[in-house]
Amino acid sequence: MVEEPSCSLTFLYGRSQMLADRDRIFTNLYGYQPWNLKAAQKRGDWDNTAALLARGPAAIIDEIKASALRGRGGAGFPTGMKWSFMPKEPREDRPSFLVINADESEPGSCKDREIIRHDPHKLIEGALVAGFAMRARAAYIYIRGEYIREAETLFAAVQEAYDAGLIGKNACKSGYDFDVFVHRGAGAYICGEETAMLESLEGKKGQPRLKPPFPAGAGLYGCPTTVNNVESIAVAPTILRRGAAWFASFGREGNKGTKLFQISGHVERPCVVEEAMSIPFRELIEKHCGGIRGGWDNLLAVIPGGSSVPLVPAAEIMDAPMDFDGLKAVGSGLGTAAVIVMDKSTDIVRAIARLSHFYMHESCGQCTPCREGTGWMYRVMERLRTGDADVSEIDMLQQVTKQVEGHTICALGDAAAWPIQGLIKHFRPEIERRIFERAGDVREAAE
Amino acid sequence: MPRLTVDGISIEVPQGATVLQACELAGKEIPRFCYHERLSIAGNCRMCLVEVKPGPPKPQASCALPAAEGQEVRTYSAMVKAAREGVMEFLLINHPLDCPICDQGGECDLQDQSIAYGRGKTRYHEHKRAVTEKYMGPLIKTAMTRCIHCTRCVRFSEEVAGVDEIGALYRGETMQITTYLERAAKHELSANVIDLCPVGALTSRPYAFEARPWELKKTLGIDVSDAMGANIRIDSRGREVLRILPRINDDVNEEWLSDKARYQVDGLTARRLDRPFVRRDGKLVAASWDEAFAAIAALNPGAWIAAIAGDLVDCETMFAAKKLANALGSTLLEGRQTGLAYDATNLAAVNFNTTFAGIETADCILIIGSNLRTEAPLLNVRLRKAVKAGAKVFIVGPEWETTYKAKFLGDDAALLGDLPGKAGKAMTAAARPAIIVGGGGLAKGALAPALALAATWGVVRTLADGGAWNGFNVVHMAASRMGGLMLGYAQAGGIADVVAAKPKLVLALGADEVEYAKFADSTVVYIGHHGDKGAHGADVILPAAAYTEKPGTYVSTEGRVQFADKAVFAPGDAREDWTIIRALADALKVKVGFDNFAGLRAAMVAEVPALGVEGLVDYGALSAAPSGAAASGRIAYPIQDFYLTNPIARASATMQRCSAELLHGVDFAEAAE
Repeated sequence: MVEEPSCSLTFLYGRSQMLADRDRIFTNLYGYQPWNLKAAQKRGDWDNTAALLARGPAAIIDEIKASALRGRGGAGFPTGMKWSFMPKEPREDRPSFLVINADESEPGSCKDREIIRHDPHKLIEGALVAGFAMRARAAYIYIRGEYIREAETLFAAVQEAYDAGLIGKNACKSGYDFDVFVHRGAGAYICGEETAMLESLEGKKGQPRLKPPFPAGAGLYGCPTTVNNVESIAVAPTILRRGAAWFASFGREGNKGTKLFQISGHVERPCVVEEAMSIPFRELIEKHCGGIRGGWDNLLAVIPGGSSVPLVPAAEIMDAPMDFDGLKAVGSGLGTAAVIVMDKSTDIVRAIARLSHFYMHESCGQCTPCREGTGWMYRVMERLRTGDADVSEIDMLQQVTKQVEGHTICALGDAAAWPIQGLIKHFRPEIERRIFERAGDVREAAE
Repeated sequence: MPRLTVDGISIEVPQGATVLQACELAGKEIPRFCYHERLSIAGNCRMCLVEVKPGPPKPQASCALPAAEGQEVRTYSAMVKAAREGVMEFLLINHPLDCPICDQGGECDLQDQSIAYGRGKTRYHEHKRAVTEKYMGPLIKTAMTRCIHCTRCVRFSEEVAGVDEIGALYRGETMQITTYLERAAKHELSANVIDLCPVGALTSRPYAFEARPWELKKTLGIDVSDAMGANIRIDSRGREVLRILPRINDDVNEEWLSDKARYQVDGLTARRLDRPFVRRDGKLVAASWDEAFAAIAALNPGAWIAAIAGDLVDCETMFAAKKLANALGSTLLEGRQTGLAYDATNLAAVNFNTTFAGIETADCILIIGSNLRTEAPLLNVRLRKAVKAGAKVFIVGPEWETTYKAKFLGDDAALLGDLPGKAGKAMTAAARPAIIVGGGGLAKGALAPALALAATWGVVRTLADGGAWNGFNVVHMAASRMGGLMLGYAQAGGIADVVAAKPKLVLALGADEVEYAKFADSTVVYIGHHGDKGAHGADVILPAAAYTEKPGTYVSTEGRVQFADKAVFAPGDAREDWTIIRALADALKVKVGFDNFAGLRAAMVAEVPALGVEGLVDYGALSAAPSGAAASGRIAYPIQDFYLTNPIARASATMQRCSAELLHGVDFAEAAE
């Protein structure tokens, strides 16, 4: 029953077998071992971290640059370059900060949750290494409000690290003072936007800031700040230990490394799995998820990178490489690699309407197009779901999404617009069918 | 100095300018709602989108984008037009189209811009949002369904007023602007948010449904509720002043106005003196002008006449009264009604020399006996700016709620002789030190020790950049004070000298704060406009004009001469003050040397030339401090009730309610509505 993946694409990453266990960074992703410091140290975390720090900030950043690690939070900005924007000699009264984005709220995403649950020390060690590289005084880990158990784990793990002298004054006996603070959010999706996160950390209403100035110039409390995703930070120590070349041996050019994919929806075995970048979609599903429910012919569409990216219909996604450029080529994006698989039992219009509701609910309300547009889009989507609309309203909705997209302060407006644009692009006949059917019902009833 | 092109027009703009400012310099109109020159940039309304190259292929918010060398800005391209139409459509989908019953109608940014940049018809057929009403106090009327969430009001409260009172709740479509726990906005500049609100969400409660803007006659005036000389526009219809709005003057009030200045207007039609009264058998009875003048002439006071100027009178009135007293052979003139007797021989020593705009650049400020929030709220705004720019503030006096970081040193005036080392050190080290003496300080004799400190710290100095700096300041509270002092309304011993002289006739020019019991043996002629304390203590009342009802010259506490116009006529038999004094001169059979207002003004300018020139008066050099002078006693602030400091405000129902509700905690539940 398992079909052989299309061999023509295996060249993309030069190997056809599953990512070997020895090449996995997150060795306790499934929680088979305890998360605590002792167990983590057995897995190799905190192993002579002082030696990593002894290489010096510049060398660390160069190594990360060489590894071609791109930010794992969705935008895919080169991590090493981001770190290099930070001031080389922070002033006494204007320290630098590292803010780690653990406000994982994107529908479909659940990788940071697994890291914090089962491998928190990877994150804390990464915080120290990254913070040291960018000469930060402290790291703030902003964890999503709903992650209650995960926050408890993280608090405990940070305490363990403090108690063991791994962070705090003279962290790991490196002579570097570095604090890690864990801050719990209150459950607002928008606080995952980096500048809204800074506002929230400062105790204000979580609303994105205008850019420029960028956080590297004026971020948390007006000081230079870098905001990184949990995964980007957590992989840093391993990259340093195993070398940039090792990390860069996975994936296509410009899309290097390993990545946590989170597959949910209509597959046989939904899972979070670490795989090499650029793995073809079909292979990812076959190897780790037991295939599509009801077979490949039953696949309707896939949202490959979390709710904010446009959906991709079955035919286009099947053999697409799962990386930044590969998914861009099919009109979508890798995002957080939260792969939402939908088979033909899905009411696709309702699915997207539900996402529209999410964005309406989570819009911060700061700027006009998103505040007013998300509600409008949701209401029209709801009517399209039942067919209670005019065909011309599909075009109007498309125009409204275009009026929101690119007109807002942050990317939430874009994120709200794209799923609808994807739906209209690929499933317009389905929407029209509902309208005509309903209109037909009315005609019949009138007779 | 970046050079860029706007719609093909090449212009050079100052460093740090935004694209929006560049477009304005190029003469292009950029629609906006959230952007305001005096507030921080929010960039949230998205109305000011323009196309900028180089840049991403999407429209940019011009208010937040720095102008840069070589930019090509287009304000009329198809992309920009579509963007504006889109944003306008979004703003209107949840905005109630209730313009016919909205007080903002006719002066509404949303109305104007939807006509200029909107699409003309809606495509939104879903339900509109409705927002529950929010209570913002006796001055601000809310209709929050109309709110477009520009957050100007929030930013004003936070940034300018320095009071965290207004903020946003909830998010997305359900975001709402509200005051903290829906309590009244309490600070003394709260009503400025009404001007800032670009739509009809925040409108004026006392002015609700009174008039449309196009029905109003607009007259340029000067505010008299404090000594700031705020520039105002008096909007009147027929014989009634309906509202007062601030005019923009960056040197004086920027574009703000205190709540008292704005809302005491309804007091102009209440408790007015509209006919003469004469006291007969202990009771004031209505009389004709002739009877009143006859009663005064019968006194035949000769040189035993004194004139006391009230807080609200203009220079012309004071000058006319002075001429009358002089003609009778008297120089008993005084304006400091409450008994202050500071030395007024050197006017530079009782002037706000740094100027209001200048105090923003001070880096260390010592306030002696002044609660600036009540005595000069607009000046307090300037101090907040100075503190935001890094200035340190020390205050001698009882503690009050400052809107900026300040250190209270104690409330004993004797502290001036023995300042804590930290304050002294900071003042000594400052490059632009400033001293501000208020009424509470003047009452305890703080002027002389303050001058001594000024000499010690050298607050009058030449700055490193070659500019002159005079950091010595006195804040007065009466609009008439500086003009009065220039016209000689000051006795060496203050009003006590006038009492001691036992004049037969006292001309009270709108003087309502005097203890008239001390003049029990004198005949008091009250020339004023309100039946307040002065009228109660008077033997003859001659009804006069309030500040909106006469042209006049006013000198603010920074020595700025400004002219006000007449907006409406005084009610009933009331006359402009100078005409009353001119007629009184005839009754007393003396000549004052003028027959009309122009003649009066010419005579006044001939005597005090500075009063003829609009702008700052040069009072010369600061006098040296008298040696050995020391202040003592606990400082008390003169203003107990910010909303009821003058007869107009005391007659105003709005101010009475503000006082009761905001200062005394009386609960006005919404039952009335």
